[in-house]
Amino acid sequence: MFGKLTWDAIPFNQPIPFATSLGVIAVIGAIVLLVLWKGWTRYLWDEWITSVDHKRLGVMYALLALVMLVRGFTDAMMMRSQLALAAGGAEGYLPPEHYNQIFSAHGTIMIFFVAMPFVIGLMNFAIPLQLGIRDVAFPVLNSVSFWLTASGVLLVNLSLFIGSFARTGWLVYPPLSELAYSPDVGVDYYLWALQISGVGTLLTGINFTTTILKLRAPGMGYGRMPVFCWTALASNLLIIAAFPILTATFAMLLLDRYLGFHFFTTDAGGHAMMYINLIWAWGHPEVYILVLPAFGVFSEVIATFSGKPLFGYRSMVAATMGICVLSFMVWLHHFFTMGAGADVNAFFGVMTMIIAVPTGVKVFNWLFTLYGGRVRFSSPLMWALGFMCTFVIGGMTGVLLSIPPADFVLHNSLFLVAHFHNVIIGGVLFGAFAGYVYWFPKAFGFTLDERLGKAAFWCWLVGFYLAFMPLYALGLMGATRRMQHYHETGWQPLMIVALAGALVILLGIVLTGLQLYVSIRTRAARIDRTGDPWNGRTLEWSIASPPPPWNFSTLPQVQGADAYWGMKQAGREAAAQEPEWQDIHLPRSTPVGVVLAFFATFAGFAMIWHIWWLAIVGIAGLTVTALAHAWRVDSEITVPARDIAEHERRRQRP
Amino acid sequence: MQSLWKSGVLDPQGPVGAAQRLILFDATAIMLAIVIPVIVLTLAIAWWFRAGNARAQYRPDWEYSGPVELVVWSIPALVVMFLGGIAWVGSHRLDPSRPLASEAAPIDIQVVSLDWKWLFIYPEQGIASVNRLVVPTGTPLRFAITSAGVMNSFFVPQLGSQIYAMSGMATRLYLQADNPGQYQGISAQFSGEGFSDMRFIVEAVPPAQFATWLASTQGSGEKLDVATYGKLGRPGLVDKPMTFGSVAPGVFESAIRNAIQ
Repeated sequence: MFGKLTWDAIPFNQPIPFATSLGVIAVIGAIVLLVLWKGWTRYLWDEWITSVDHKRLGVMYALLALVMLVRGFTDAMMMRSQLALAAGGAEGYLPPEHYNQIFSAHGTIMIFFVAMPFVIGLMNFAIPLQLGIRDVAFPVLNSVSFWLTASGVLLVNLSLFIGSFARTGWLVYPPLSELAYSPDVGVDYYLWALQISGVGTLLTGINFTTTILKLRAPGMGYGRMPVFCWTALASNLLIIAAFPILTATFAMLLLDRYLGFHFFTTDAGGHAMMYINLIWAWGHPEVYILVLPAFGVFSEVIATFSGKPLFGYRSMVAATMGICVLSFMVWLHHFFTMGAGADVNAFFGVMTMIIAVPTGVKVFNWLFTLYGGRVRFSSPLMWALGFMCTFVIGGMTGVLLSIPPADFVLHNSLFLVAHFHNVIIGGVLFGAFAGYVYWFPKAFGFTLDERLGKAAFWCWLVGFYLAFMPLYALGLMGATRRMQHYHETGWQPLMIVALAGALVILLGIVLTGLQLYVSIRTRAARIDRTGDPWNGRTLEWSIASPPPPWNFSTLPQVQGADAYWGMKQAGREAAAQEPEWQDIHLPRSTPVGVVLAFFATFAGFAMIWHIWWLAIVGIAGLTVTALAHAWRVDSEITVPARDIAEHERRRQRP
Repeated sequence: MQSLWKSGVLDPQGPVGAAQRLILFDATAIMLAIVIPVIVLTLAIAWWFRAGNARAQYRPDWEYSGPVELVVWSIPALVVMFLGGIAWVGSHRLDPSRPLASEAAPIDIQVVSLDWKWLFIYPEQGIASVNRLVVPTGTPLRFAITSAGVMNSFFVPQLGSQIYAMSGMATRLYLQADNPGQYQGISAQFSGEGFSDMRFIVEAVPPAQFATWLASTQGSGEKLDVATYGKLGRPGLVDKPMTFGSVAPGVFESAIRNAIQ
């Protein structure tokens, strides 16, 4: 009846996961009770859960990312404290069976459920506003994407309470992840969670590529598009090209595990290197899927806070698109040590280095954007400066690793771990936080507390250096990654410094939470009525904060790059007479996304535990929901012109 | 702190590791020549052009300059051309499967990664060992490496290059230890529960001493055959290094084919 699922799957005898499970259940229970008690159910359902508004979805993505950041960071703290203890003969407090799940979950969660939703959330929120349009190309699909991502999140976290997670590393390399070596449900949790959320991500890619290519405000040619939109276009093109590879690769591994195929097994002609090639054919573009939008955020932030247009706009666009193409030609540098031969290794090494050219150009162009500016050191700019100084170090160690003979001694070492945290924290995460403080006032109509924001930034910056510089050194000393304990007691002091760094980052996360709390409590004093708190340059700053559901009451006429800056220079059309307002059609909220995710979660859970009847129910539910939605009538609501006029008049005289 | 570096890749004990350290140093120096000025300039420019500085000239429309763009593309391009050359030449000269130039004839060593231990077979000498690799100094070591199951990576940080151990095939690697001493060997590819203890010790000894060790080992102790290999192959750790005084023919070849379980 319940497949492989028995009471043994609940970790009664493992205090850490069991206590955590109870804690999480208590928190979720408390939130549900609060919602019921306050009578917020209706509001949440109507305004958020069923919303197809890109701004709401963007906010929910960011919230999801922040919550999962806490989960992923908890894993990081456990790893760092384990390694601070487990030197010499000491075993620490986490046995391999638990520790191996933790680092696998940490990587999976941080990439798929923190970095991805954060970046996609920012794109959701900002792109239609920057393009001067009323929504994305496929608003309902957008909601489906979000809820499928949430379904993946739910499954990954369920593994904490029911069964276990993969013990294989975050990319589940076979043959270790094959049934012969990982017979329990851990790898299946990983695979089904990522298959489901991967579909969501692919749909996002299609949605945003279409939006950017087809739906821009009148007059906004490609040469006038904000650079964030360009980087988002590159990122979404990469999603479309790369995520099907991920889905196909996981599908093959699933066939191995469920139906006895031999794609990647050690016998019957299977070979693990085929998986490893395929996974990195997705995995390397994925790095740029994450970091390109972060580059876009920094471009916006640096230009805005320097009071200047971005220097070398065309170079920046060329560099972005160059990286987009090149990112598909470097995957082999993740396994030079496979023994492919000198020509192959040298080719991929040089291709990897070539990516450093457009990236270097970007750094120089940010530098020249600052040059001649009137630089305001607000917290978004602090993140950007912290990024520029940190990222070049990560880039340097990356180029170092791209030299095959150097990689032969650094591959899989803590040096590598330090390198990719250097670029992912220093690049993607700093970018996400910069975007978060930058666009927060647009989303909610009040600014975030600057002092706490800067304190959080400094904690992240200092904490990052403390946590990861020792890892560079340890890697050179011969320390490899994924050790549960190590024999060299001489490494312990550096491991303790790294733990201290993680604690400083923890303080940064606490301060970020506190900043949000304090800012909400004191929002009356920090309300921004102008809609343009940073003296912005792009169209999102031309409308009210928070924007009305229809974003733009009249579609803006774009006259050049940095469209809103141009309008402000020209004296805005405020003096002009009031335009003739027209009715606006908006997509109607629909529960189809959340219902699909509901069935997808059950289908995934059932597949993981081999509960075939439930899987059939889940898949049937998915099909029926999709079909029912396809036959919908009346998918739009109309906002009458007088409401729009009323909104605009209120804005004129607050 | 001093002693910490003495065990890692910055303290190489053979020609491969030494060449790789040189590449690390060269490439780092070249890149620091760019990276340090960029960091300094970022902070200096941002500070000089701060909003409160009346002496800084505000140029709100300066957004393009042909010469600057040219320089901006040229600097990284030139650096990358230079480093690309290092990478290309280095990849060929330090290709793991490329024989090392030496007067001495290379000695063959077959490596099998098991869960979670390393088996070393000396085919010409007819002996084998577990988690202990005795080698003569100044002699090229020609490794053929495979895995009995999951992937591992064969790595002695102080000797240089690592290479994957993969089932169903043999990877080639040449290393050499120039100085006598004991060097730590590890698996650098996560392979499951016993991974952290999947370590071995490389004992580099002068050739004469190596010959003595061979003579004392050959014919003594247990024989490595299908039965003992099967026992070794069971997942688990071994308490201390082992040696086998004789080896049944074809163990390594069968291990590649996964023919013995």
